[in-house]
Amino acid sequence: MLRIHCPVCGPRDETEFTYGSDATIRRPEMAENDPKAWLDYVFMRDNPRGPHREYWHHVTGCRQWLVVERDTLTHEMSGTYLAREVVA
Amino acid sequence: MSHYSALSILRHGLSGNRHWTRAWRDPAPKPSYDVIVVGGGGHGLATAYYLAKEHGIRDVAVLEKGWLGGGNTGRNTTIVRSNYMMPGNTMFYERSMRLWENLSQDLNYNVMISQRGQYNLCHSPAQMDAARRRGNIMRANGIDAELLDRAEMMRRVPYLDYSPKARFPIHGAIYQSRAGTARHDAVAWGYARGADKHGIDLIQQCEVTGYIWDKGAIVGVETTRGPIRARKVALAVAGHTGHLAEKAGLRLPIETHVLQAFVTEPLKPLVDSVISFGAAHFYISQSDKGGLVLGGDLDGFNSYAQRGGLPIVEHTLHSAKALMPSLSRLRLLRHWAGVMDMSMDGSPIIGKMPVEGLWLNGGWCYGGFKATPASGYCFAWTIAKGEPHPDNAEFTLERFARGYQIDEKGAGPQPNAH
Repeated sequence: MLRIHCPVCGPRDETEFTYGSDATIRRPEMAENDPKAWLDYVFMRDNPRGPHREYWHHVTGCRQWLVVERDTLTHEMSGTYLAREVVA
Repeated sequence: MSHYSALSILRHGLSGNRHWTRAWRDPAPKPSYDVIVVGGGGHGLATAYYLAKEHGIRDVAVLEKGWLGGGNTGRNTTIVRSNYMMPGNTMFYERSMRLWENLSQDLNYNVMISQRGQYNLCHSPAQMDAARRRGNIMRANGIDAELLDRAEMMRRVPYLDYSPKARFPIHGAIYQSRAGTARHDAVAWGYARGADKHGIDLIQQCEVTGYIWDKGAIVGVETTRGPIRARKVALAVAGHTGHLAEKAGLRLPIETHVLQAFVTEPLKPLVDSVISFGAAHFYISQSDKGGLVLGGDLDGFNSYAQRGGLPIVEHTLHSAKALMPSLSRLRLLRHWAGVMDMSMDGSPIIGKMPVEGLWLNGGWCYGGFKATPASGYCFAWTIAKGEPHPDNAEFTLERFARGYQIDEKGAGPQPNAH
């Protein structure tokens, strides 16, 4: 069981959250017409073995989208932020 | 290397089983090979075996960072089946099934293939329609499939929950009688022994740490046992594909996720087939030792940790109990986890990479074990001939750029949903 430190609700069980995805992926501008940019956005992932920035939705808590920094090998979390504050 | 037979068992039995020779050598790595296969699991060993057997390429080394078959080959729930319906998948998995059927004889090693049949349960009229469609596609391709109604299921598998209180009523099932289970360790060992017999070097405790480059092409690998050069480097390291591809400068449509499996305390014979729940991701069979072998969903988030979390334990056992209430008082004996290459469309990648000298076999998602023979066969073909076998022709990396994903489940580019 992961314990995620929600910036709003404090430490909560993983079961209150839904996993989103890799939080480093950015959608290209809608005017972008290079297929490579869309391929990278939709399909390609860094998939790091180690620190990973990812989205979690506190779906049965405050319903905020969070960005969590978690190590994919040890599950150690080094930071949790409100997504709207850190994602430009 | 001695041939295994009933006679050899008898002869060795009479001499107290003291004279069995080891099943494969333990060679030191040579400075160079024709082909290096990275990963000594089922897929890597099968690839080496078929390179030698089908294509006469014997100057091959298999490099394994731990011990043979110690990764996902020894961590799955041992189910083999070929009930796929997407073009590109269907005949590949059927090739695998046909290779499974003769594998023990081919390898002279008992992989304990048991074609006990698999039921995929349906819990709504819509699921029955989808099963009928799948069954028709399978039969049109010469693969056996039967659609069974509720009454037939009650007769054949009476211990499921058919009561009015059942959380998910059972409407019927699609059945593949040739599906079943195989002993996963024996598959790795059988291929290892077969490959070794053809003169292939199996090198354990040898981790690949990087590549040897020459003018932008890969010409070998750096390992914990020194540099080894090769004309072709072939990765069969599902679970850790991303990690080794990254060192080659490749970014792949793969995320690594963790999947758990469970064994209960041993019981008298109860489940004589493989049963897949249709309402949640759950499947059950009974091992020859009597333990019920169960599996469920991914933990759901990217993970390289070869251990799972308790929420999925609870979820899987909820599914078990919803399907078979009689299991409620059983104890779990063991549970463990493996890391999966979850590809973006749920289907694998077998082919030559955009980097010269590098070949990849990965992205197996949940389905790597059943694919082992065909994966090795087709990967060996692709490496030997420089072009894919018709059965793995669709498993390219380029399919994502071209929009030809093979999305068996129709889940979209969500690796944790396949």
